[in-house]
Amino acid sequence: MTGASIALADCGKTFADGTVALHRLDLEIAGGETVVLLGPSGCGKTTLLRLIAGLESPDPGGRVRFGGEDVTARPIERRNVGMVFQSYALFPNMTVEENVAYGLKVRRVPPKERARRTAEMLEMMHIGALRRRRVDQLSGGQRQRVALARAIAVRPTVLLLDEPLTALDALLRERLRVEIDALLRGLGITAIYVTHDQAEAMALGDRIVVMREGRVAQIGTPRDVYFRPANPFVADFIGTINRLVGVARNGAVEMPGGRFSWRADAAGPVELLFRPESARLLPPEGAPLRGRVASALFMGDRTRLVIAGIGETPIIVDTTERRQFHAGEEVGIGLDPEGLFTLAEAAAPDPQPREGAAERVTA
Amino acid sequence: MKRAGLFYAQLAFTILVCAFMVVPVVLSILAGVTANFFQGIGSGLTLRWVVQVWGLYADTIRLSVIIALACLAATLIAGVPTAYVLAKRPGRVARLIEELLVLPIAIPGLAIALGLITTYGAFEGFRKSWLFILAGHVVFTLPFMVRAVLAVLLAIDFRTLEEGAASLGAGFWQRFLGVVLPNCRPGILAGSLMVVTLSLGEFNLTWMLHTPLTKTLPVGLADSYASMRLEVASAYTLVFFVILVPLLVLLQRFGQPARRAERAAPVAATVPERAPA
Ligand SMILES: Nc1ncnc2c1ncn2[C@@H]1O[C@H](COP(=O)(O)OP(=O)(O)OP(=O)(O)O)[C@@H](O)[C@H]1O
Ligand SMILES: [Mg+2]
Repeated sequence: MTGASIALADCGKTFADGTVALHRLDLEIAGGETVVLLGPSGCGKTTLLRLIAGLESPDPGGRVRFGGEDVTARPIERRNVGMVFQSYALFPNMTVEENVAYGLKVRRVPPKERARRTAEMLEMMHIGALRRRRVDQLSGGQRQRVALARAIAVRPTVLLLDEPLTALDALLRERLRVEIDALLRGLGITAIYVTHDQAEAMALGDRIVVMREGRVAQIGTPRDVYFRPANPFVADFIGTINRLVGVARNGAVEMPGGRFSWRADAAGPVELLFRPESARLLPPEGAPLRGRVASALFMGDRTRLVIAGIGETPIIVDTTERRQFHAGEEVGIGLDPEGLFTLAEAAAPDPQPREGAAERVTA
Repeated sequence: MKRAGLFYAQLAFTILVCAFMVVPVVLSILAGVTANFFQGIGSGLTLRWVVQVWGLYADTIRLSVIIALACLAATLIAGVPTAYVLAKRPGRVARLIEELLVLPIAIPGLAIALGLITTYGAFEGFRKSWLFILAGHVVFTLPFMVRAVLAVLLAIDFRTLEEGAASLGAGFWQRFLGVVLPNCRPGILAGSLMVVTLSLGEFNLTWMLHTPLTKTLPVGLADSYASMRLEVASAYTLVFFVILVPLLVLLQRFGQPARRAERAAPVAATVPERAPA
């Protein structure tokens, strides 16, 4: 099955009480693409998802198109979408099997075919053994699988997931995330995935729509939003970011902790940003920048160092060195020139879907 | 030692209160199966009075059962959709209706009866038929049905369940019949038991609304107290008890729909920290 493309034109949402949950926006999603809606609580992710689903209607003038067809006036039951709710919304009066078969039953799929497809879905989601259980006898992870199976059993053209993993513990979340990723790639379905977890967004999205207070803050590939955030909000919301304020002069930037070479054409005060992994730890002697360890956090796979004395504010650097660091220890820092950017030059929003997004292979 | 003393004092008090309430009931029931109450139990036990009650009042019993079942049907048909609509619509109008629904409980039965008589008394055919009593019972019991179903609906997050069903392609009726109704069964059950019990036992309203040809069980009971010998009246009470007590027991068992529903609904487990019912 291949997914339908989705196009939103001028879609906003003002609730009856006057809350503007979503300001008017345009969004295009290619068939088979996985788009993640990411943003802090209350920014309008669910509202946008429900607009696409057909559970809310956009403010007058807004248009929703699936595969070129205008579906704005169509209720959800005639949009052929699959939806996974944060609370799962499984039917307590039915067994696992009946839950998964429900959509097929409603569509009057003949019993034989229905049984076959239900069994296939249960198999695929590894819940065959739970067929006859009531849904209130399942664990959170099992419920999540049933909810997914139920949503894709009807072979929707668009799959909508609203924070499907939020209610689960970290380990399970990680495992299901991998499974969902494989599933979405395998199905080639158009998927919109809501989350406020940026790691989840990076892992699953072909593109990420970062939202803030009912507006789109940036649309781009995970690499775009990570390495080239369009504004301070995105830079801060996604991953950890370091800011260094210095003065550019003669092809170098000078700051309290030292100087390092940078563009020859720049002059005057500059604010440079970089991610913790773009900095290397060096011996203090001869390093372009020098500072002191303010604190060190051992995280297992790496050590996160907070280093003071380089810029005006401390910076965060990750290192894989296995030794122990002490507060006050002097360290040297080298910056990977590729990892340095300023907000002014960051990517303009990229509203067009990426070519060949659907063919991306599973990592 | 002190503590034990307090305990026994409380126990004695509790037993006394229970006895105060239970003894008259037991005596009354005994009277119904005693050959001659004034000679006491020594005169022997008999079912003669029960048989006599059946002969005299079978019609009232039949009518009571018919009215209770008809009342149940009417409150189901009117009450369940009402509860659904009230639960679905937020906003002031819905809350106002919810409040208004309590009025019949707060207003004395006599006043409701008077209202019905002044409004519909002129329609003689209606006034004289048992349907008139039915109307009174429906007005009186409908709020109980609505409230019981509403409580469950609000506890199970039926909106999300319905949205889930809709996302799978189910139209309104498929959702209502296949998902909403089955999941508010505990509320419908509790409401039904309540309605039947209340209708069977209703006296105030019914006494005002009845005609000599439309007497229900409690009205007949009052008649028999006034005009029959004590043993017959007591036997009648016994019959009433036999019908009502099983219903009361069931009501006790299934009468807390909201809590039961919450336990049954899996969504409850995933929504962090619900206030306990
Ligand atoms: N039915 C409604 N009526 C009025 N306001 C609403 C309604 N639904 C949502 N809102 C408001 O719209 C805004 C966006 O809500 P939305 O649920 O889309 O946020 P969200 O990004 O999904 O947040 P979260 O991560 O907490 O789920 C919020 O301010 C919310 O209070
Ligand atoms: Mg949300």
